Amino acid sequence: MSEEIKAGRFGIHGGQYIPETLMNAVIQLDKAYTHYKDDPRFNEELTQLFNEYAGRPSRLYYAKKMTEDLGGAKIYLKREDLNHTGSHKINNVLGQALLAKKMGKTRLIAETGAGQHGVATATAAALFGMECVVFMGEEDTKRQALNVYRMRLLGAEVIPVTTGTATLKDAVSEAMREWTRRIDDTHYCLGSVMGPHPFPTIVRDFQSVISREIRSQMLEAEGRLPDIVMACVGGGSNAIGTFYGFIPDKDVRLIGCEAAGRGVGTLETAATIAMGKLGIFHGMKSYFCQDEFGQIAPVYSISAGLDYPGIGPEHAYLHDIKRAEYVPVTDDEAVCAFEYLSKTEGIIPAIESAHAVAHAMKIAPDLSRDKIIVITISGRGDKDCAAIARYRGEDISE
Amino acid sequence: MSNIRKAFENGKAFIPFITCGDPDLETTKRIVREAVAAGADLIELGIPFSDPTAEGPVIQAANARALAGGVTTDKIFDLVRDLRHDVNVPMVFMTYANVVYSYGADRFIKTCAGIGIDGIILPDLPFEEKGEFDDVCRQYGVDLISLIAPTSDERIAMIAKEARGFIYLVSSLGVTGVRSEITTDIGSLVKIIRENTDVPVAVGFGISTPEQAAKMASLSDGAIVGSAIIRIMEQYGQDSPGHVGDFIRSMTAAVHTGRDGHRL
Repeated sequence: MSEEIKAGRFGIHGGQYIPETLMNAVIQLDKAYTHYKDDPRFNEELTQLFNEYAGRPSRLYYAKKMTEDLGGAKIYLKREDLNHTGSHKINNVLGQALLAKKMGKTRLIAETGAGQHGVATATAAALFGMECVVFMGEEDTKRQALNVYRMRLLGAEVIPVTTGTATLKDAVSEAMREWTRRIDDTHYCLGSVMGPHPFPTIVRDFQSVISREIRSQMLEAEGRLPDIVMACVGGGSNAIGTFYGFIPDKDVRLIGCEAAGRGVGTLETAATIAMGKLGIFHGMKSYFCQDEFGQIAPVYSISAGLDYPGIGPEHAYLHDIKRAEYVPVTDDEAVCAFEYLSKTEGIIPAIESAHAVAHAMKIAPDLSRDKIIVITISGRGDKDCAAIARYRGEDISE
Repeated sequence: MSNIRKAFENGKAFIPFITCGDPDLETTKRIVREAVAAGADLIELGIPFSDPTAEGPVIQAANARALAGGVTTDKIFDLVRDLRHDVNVPMVFMTYANVVYSYGADRFIKTCAGIGIDGIILPDLPFEEKGEFDDVCRQYGVDLISLIAPTSDERIAMIAKEARGFIYLVSSLGVTGVRSEITTDIGSLVKIIRENTDVPVAVGFGISTPEQAAKMASLSDGAIVGSAIIRIMEQYGQDSPGHVGDFIRSMTAAVHTGRDGHRL
């Protein structure tokens, strides 16, 4: 096996389990990325897009009221919700769109769950003058109708996916199928740290701006590194972005919060580390929720963005070597955290991010006041208001 | 020598693809026997997967119907055991890497060898990743079938040199499904493959008519047809075996033209 392929492995995880039709496409992408990632002009352009267009650096906000209310560790929020388009997804998308443009591609395709990645991709396509097609599970187009409208407003075509469970995994499958149909002019702008190599590495690198900023902002604010950084995990892009710069700092605990849906042990869950086993799917070897014959399980979470039966290969590896901890958070806990952060700090988090807030609410009170937790608020919660109202029995229209 | 070679011994081969358990395994058995009676040279049996990313809508739906009917890998192994009482043509499995991996590659492939499965096609397992499966396949004498695509370009030689059983040449970009026209220059691809191996080449993806099958087989060593058969199964359900048999007869007649004396 060549070194190049080994580079796409995280322990035993990762790899390139895709149809032969796509192999040259991912090899070309890998070559282009390897070239541009160290190109000063590419990085200058990307930094300028991050700062001038996306509004970076995002704030590291000291959540004073939440800290006092919970009575334990000091809590900071990394405000990715304040980015242009309202989530961390823009970091990866600007990087990939710029890369695709350098590669001569004129068309972006993407999958989306909650719609955050789809909106970010549609935005970058508008900015770069590229064609854009977004695949979204039909179930999610209903849960996130506002984001469907936003994508269309930005000039993208949104294709509802009706196969399988009509959620994120089916949107990924359909985007992969579309890529095999049309490769020449099309870049598949994958939204998370998953899929075949080099996507998990590319997406991680573009998202790692989150941990670079946390580090410098924390050093400035507190003169030291945090004790814990935490984020929600579906595929795991905001989490790996939050973790990556701290992996060598063994004293910084890394905690990923998985969507447990109605609870670990029920059939309605998406907690992959808690429930999954080793498998091969969507281009990668990693952990997946599946039955005894390897059929992928129809997972469930209130959060369309975490409603995925797998986890990125680097997370699987960080779990294996025990460098990061992964904990399940239920729908109910996430909804309570969604309401809590809104009332306590005046910040409405995405329901995805609320999973991380919920776990912080569990552990912060038991930590001493000299400990510091950073929670990445991966996105804003406006998109979720109607769904949360429905969860609480209030039928409001968007 | 690979048992799969038998399928290509008498000239061009016709290879039907059948999703196991659609609509139920008893029907699958009858369809396979009809296919053999109609002159099929090799049978490609699909083990359904929940998320078949290389398939178009027709085979995706067949996978979903079969799984909804309760089909499992173990039940399909039993189906093959039963078929092997009287079916002598080579048979291969087509499924996805996770179906084999989750069963345990060693356990899965050892079982295949024991029940008379001659090869395995895994469309999401490219050359670079085949090692951990291929080593086991070689150990048990099951051929891991290599796929070559219109986009393979300089990869063709590398893949062809290590190919065993037969080479599955993907006719077109995209996923499985009926196509009105196949625009890829199949002849050129086959020429490059032949410069690197004497393993037979069969063309699949998009073939639905006897004319297309005859043309693809004339440019290679055989034609593979899936979606067009699955559509008949979708339409007729438990009554489909006879209809599938008629369809395969029309295909084998076109593909086998020019054989010295019809084998059947």
